[in-house]
Amino acid sequence: MTQKVWDVLDERNLELGPLSWPEGDNAASPWRHWKLKSDADGVAWLVLDKQGAGANTLSEGVISELDDVLNTVERETPKGLVIRSGKKSGFIAGADIGEFRGTTSAADVETRLGRAHNVIDRLDRLKLPTIAVIHGYCLGGGLEMALACDYRIAIDDASLGFPEVLLGLHPGLGGTVRLTRLINPLQAMTAMLTGKTIRTRQAKALGLIDAVTQERHVGAAVKSVVAGQFKTARAGLSVALLNSAPARKLLAARMRSEAEKKAPAKDYPAPGALIDLWESQGGDPPAMQKAEVASFARLLVTPTAQNLIRVFFLRDKLKGMAGGDWKGQRIHVIGAGAMGGDIAAWCAWHGFTVSLADMKGEPLAGAIKRAADLFKKIAHKSTDIRDALDRLIPDLKGDGAATADLIIEAVPENLALKQKVYAGIEAKMRPDAILATNTSSIPLEELCKGLKRPERFLGLHFFNPVSRMQLVEVVSHPGVAPDVLAAGQAFLGRIDRLPAPVKSAPGFLVNRALTPYLMEAFVMLDEGVKRETIDRAAEDFGMPMGPIELADQVGLDICLHVAEVLRQELPRPMPATPKWLSDKVEKGELGRKTGKGMYDWKDGKAVKDSGAPKPSPDMADRLILPMLDVCVTCLREGVVADEETIDGAMIFATGFAPFRGGPMHYAHSRGVADIVLALTQLATKYGERFQPDSGWDRIK
Amino acid sequence: MNDRPVYIIDGSRTPFLKARGVGPFTPVDLAVQCGRPLLLRQPFAPDAFDQVILGCVNVIADEMNPARVAALRLGMGEAMPAFTVQINCGSGMQSIDTAYRYIQDGTSDLILAGGTEALSYAPLVFRRSAVEWYMQLFAARDLWARLKAFAGVRPSFFKPIIGLERGLTDPIVELNMGQTAEVVAHLFKVTRRQADEYAAESQQRLARAQAEKVFADEMEPAFGRDGKLYDFDDGVRPDSTADSLAKLKPVFERPWGQVTAGNSSQITDGASWVILASEDAVKRHGLTPRAVIVDSEWSALDPSIMGLGPVLCSTAIMRRHNLALNDIDLWELNEAFAAQVLACLAAWNDDKFCREVLHLDKAAGLIDRAKLNIDGGAIGLGHPVGASGNRIVLHLVNAMKRHGHKRGIATECIGGGQGGAMLIETV
Repeated sequence: MTQKVWDVLDERNLELGPLSWPEGDNAASPWRHWKLKSDADGVAWLVLDKQGAGANTLSEGVISELDDVLNTVERETPKGLVIRSGKKSGFIAGADIGEFRGTTSAADVETRLGRAHNVIDRLDRLKLPTIAVIHGYCLGGGLEMALACDYRIAIDDASLGFPEVLLGLHPGLGGTVRLTRLINPLQAMTAMLTGKTIRTRQAKALGLIDAVTQERHVGAAVKSVVAGQFKTARAGLSVALLNSAPARKLLAARMRSEAEKKAPAKDYPAPGALIDLWESQGGDPPAMQKAEVASFARLLVTPTAQNLIRVFFLRDKLKGMAGGDWKGQRIHVIGAGAMGGDIAAWCAWHGFTVSLADMKGEPLAGAIKRAADLFKKIAHKSTDIRDALDRLIPDLKGDGAATADLIIEAVPENLALKQKVYAGIEAKMRPDAILATNTSSIPLEELCKGLKRPERFLGLHFFNPVSRMQLVEVVSHPGVAPDVLAAGQAFLGRIDRLPAPVKSAPGFLVNRALTPYLMEAFVMLDEGVKRETIDRAAEDFGMPMGPIELADQVGLDICLHVAEVLRQELPRPMPATPKWLSDKVEKGELGRKTGKGMYDWKDGKAVKDSGAPKPSPDMADRLILPMLDVCVTCLREGVVADEETIDGAMIFATGFAPFRGGPMHYAHSRGVADIVLALTQLATKYGERFQPDSGWDRIK
Repeated sequence: MNDRPVYIIDGSRTPFLKARGVGPFTPVDLAVQCGRPLLLRQPFAPDAFDQVILGCVNVIADEMNPARVAALRLGMGEAMPAFTVQINCGSGMQSIDTAYRYIQDGTSDLILAGGTEALSYAPLVFRRSAVEWYMQLFAARDLWARLKAFAGVRPSFFKPIIGLERGLTDPIVELNMGQTAEVVAHLFKVTRRQADEYAAESQQRLARAQAEKVFADEMEPAFGRDGKLYDFDDGVRPDSTADSLAKLKPVFERPWGQVTAGNSSQITDGASWVILASEDAVKRHGLTPRAVIVDSEWSALDPSIMGLGPVLCSTAIMRRHNLALNDIDLWELNEAFAAQVLACLAAWNDDKFCREVLHLDKAAGLIDRAKLNIDGGAIGLGHPVGASGNRIVLHLVNAMKRHGHKRGIATECIGGGQGGAMLIETV
C-alpha cells in the first residue's frame, strides 16, 4: 500500500491560529486542558484539548480551568477570543456524563451546576467579540458553551444538537434560555424535545450558526469578525413574539400533546419539564436560567434519567468490546436474501468493499435496490450513495471469497445447505480469513462439524432491520480462537454495531428471551384477549411494540421456527404452538413482509382497533417476567457473561423499555424476591412454564 | 530493441444496452459495473496495476477523464495514474494498443485497458447563436442592458441540436456515418438485399450465441439502483430475416438509400475492460495468459470512405507477418454497417483495389464467412463507439479459445477516415 498523501498532511488541516502547525507549541500551557495564545492581530485563540480523552467533554475540571483562563483573558484584553477544539473528533461532545451517574441529591447537583453557570455567564459577558469555531460534534454542554459566544462559525462537517432528552434530561447549562432567545423558540423547543442532531445547512437556516466555511477560511473569518466586517442575520421580532406569554401558552399545549405521543410523561418526565420551564419562565431569561438549574437537578435524580444514563454506559461497555484492532478491508457475504443483502449494504456503507454472492441475479438486484433506498435515506451527499453502491459488488460466481478478510454466511436456515456452502468456501478462502454465520437457530457445534478450521469460525447474529438494530450477537463455540472472537467484535465496531458476546446455545440470548414473550401472547389470544389489548399491556410497560405486533414484524414463519427449535432443544416448558399459527404460516400470512399476519399492514404500519379494552394489571407480568426468567437462565448457564451484557443486548436488540435500564436492572429495582413471588403465583395460576429459574437465588 | 511479450489475461464487459431514452448508467457507471467483477476475481489487489487507460468518445461533463474517475470508483487507490484515449470508434482498442506499447517497452507491467460509452447520454447541444445570446445576457450589468440582451432571443435558439447526430457526422466531408456506408456500398456494388441478408444473419448468430451462453465468461450483468437486472445484450432481434429487414426505410439518404436502422449498428451503451500483463507480472501474480498481442496497426484514408479502414490496417499487419487472409483463423470486423462490412470483403476481393491501394500482386481473396464475426456483431449488439474496439478484442480471444484457434484479427472502421487492427494469438 502506498502512503496516502492526505494522511501525512491531515494534522495541518485544523486551523488553530497561532497554535497551528508548524509553529504551534504544545508545551508551556498553565492549564491541563486549555491552551491560549494571541495571534499577530492581537486575537486570542483558546483551544480545548482535554487530556487523556479522545473527544472533548465538559467535565467540571474543564469548566473550572476555563474560569481561570477567563481571568487571563480579562487581564490581557485581547481584540477577540476564538474558542475551538484541538481535537480532530470535534468541538465538544457534551457534558461528562460520568459525573451525573449515581447522583441522588438534587441540591448537590444545583450547587455544582451553579458554579458551571457562573463560568459560562462570565464568558457570555466578556466585553470583546467571542467566536466559537465549531467542527465535528457540538452537542449538549458543548453547544451551550458555543451559545454563550457572540458568534458561531461552523466547518462543513459540524453537527450540533441537544441530545439531553435522550438521557431523560434537558439542557442544563443555560441552553434552554439562550437557544430560545437566539432562534425561533418553536424550533428551539423542537430541537431540545427531539434531541435530533442538526447539520450545518439547517443550523445556518435556523440562525444557530452565523456562517459555514472550511478550515482554510477560518483565519479570514475570524479576522473579518474582529474587524467588525462580519454581518449576522439574527432572528428578530418573531422570536420576541413567540416568546410572549400567550404564544407560549398556546404552543406549550401543542408540544405537550406531541411529546406525550412519542414519550409518555409517566415514563419520561423530561419533555414535560422542559415545556413547563419555557411556558412559565420563557419571558424572563434570568428567572428561566435559575429555574433551568432546579429543573435539571430534579430530573437528574429521577430513576428514568439514571436508568437512561445507565443505558448510555451500557452502550459504552458494548462499544468497548468492539474496540479491538482488526484491519480487514474486504467482506464477502453469501446469500442476497433480506439479511445477507442488508448486512452487505451496511458494511459497504461503512467503507468496506463487499462482495455479495448469490447464484441468481434477481435477489442480487433486489439487494442493490434495498441498499440504494437505504443509502438515499441516510446519506447527506449523493457521492456517498454512489461510492457505497460502488463498494457493494454483486458476485454471481462467488469470486470475492478468495480475497475476503471476513466471510459472512447468510443462506437459509438449513444445516445441510450451510455445511455444503462451508465446504466450498473453505477451499477458496484465505487461511487467515474469518468465516461467520448469521444463523439464528442452528447450534454452532453442529455447523462446525466438517470444518477444516473451526477455530476461524464464529456466529455474527444480526437482527432485522440491520440498519436500525444496533446489536449483533457474537456467538462463540468451544473450538473458536480468541483472536477470531476479538476480530468479530472489532469488525462490528467498524460498522457501528454493538457486539454482545454469547455462547452457542439454542436461540442464543435475544431470541431465546423473546420467544416466551411471544408465545405467552398467543396463549392470551386463545384465552380471548384482544390482540390490541395484549400489545397495549407491553407498550404500557415501556416496550417499543407489543408481542403480537413484534411477531408480525419479525415474521410469523421465523417466530414459529425459532419456537420449534427452542422447544426441541431446551427443557423449559413452552405452551403448544397454536394450530392457527401454523395455518397462517402455511397460508403465507407471515406478517409485515406479506402485508397480512396477526394484523393487516398498511404502509408499514399495523392496522389496529383503537377501541380495544384496557389490559388487566397482571398482563404485563405475564408477558415480561418469562422474558426476565430466561435472561436469568442464560446467566446461570453462562450463555452471557454478566447482567450488563444482558441489559445492553435486550435494549439494543429489542428496545426493551430503556427507561427501566434493562431487564436485569428492572428485576433488581423491583426486587428479586418480588419477581420470584410473582412468577410463582403465575405458575400456580397458568402453569409450570412460569416456575422461576434456580438462578434467581444467585443474583439477589 | 528487445520487445517484451504482452499478454491478455482476462476481461469483461457489460451487457450492451440499446439506448431507449437516457440510460441507467453513465460512461463511468458502465466501466465500474463490469470492472468490479473483473477485479474481484483476480489474485492480485486492485491497486497492483501500474495504470488505467480507458477509451471514451462522448465524455460527459460530470466525468472528465473517465479513466481516472473509474479507477478511483473501482477502488484502485488514489495513487493510480489513469488517462482517457479517444480515436473515435477505435477508442476501446486504442486503450489496449497504448497499454500494449507501455508494457512492450518495459514502462509498465500490468495495465487495465478499457472502453466505455453511454450514447444515450449524448447531450443536447445549444446552437452557437443561442450560446452567444446567453453569454451576453449573463454579462449584462444593469437592467437596461439585460433587457436589451434579452430582446435578442430568437425561436431557433431553443431548437437544440442533438449532440449524437453531430458526433456521427464527419466535419471534413460533412457526411453522416450512415452516408459513408452508402458511399462504400455504391463503390463496391453492395446491394440492399446483400446488406439485409448479412444483418439478418448477424442477428441470428448473436441469438444463437446468447442461447448457447457463449458470453457467459465475458459479460457481467449490470445492476441498476432501481433493482433492475441487465443480464443480456438487449438489441438482439432473433426474428430478423432478410425479408423483414427489407421493409425498413432508409434512414440516412431518403428515398433511394439502402442503409436502414436494421442493417446498421445500433445506438447503444456499454463498456468493456481487458487486463494486459508482462511476463514479469504473469510470474509475480501467478496469472494464466489467454493470448498474446502480436501486432497492431492504425491506418487512415479519406473520411468519406472511412468504412474501408479495416482493409488497410489489417492488410498492413498481415504483410508484416507474411500472412494471407486465410492464415487468420478468426476475424472480428466491427459491424458499423452491414454494407460497410461487405464493402471491406469486396475490397479484398477486388484486383485493382488490392494492387493499387494495398500494393498486393492481386486480389487477396474472400474471407470465409464462417471465420468472420461468428457470434454476431454490432448490428445486434450495438456499437457504443468507445467500447466496441475493446469488446471485439476480448471476444476474439474468447472465441479463439473456445474453438481452439491460434490466430485472429480484430479490426474496426473509424469515423473520420481511419481503421485499427490488432493481431492476437492464443497461448
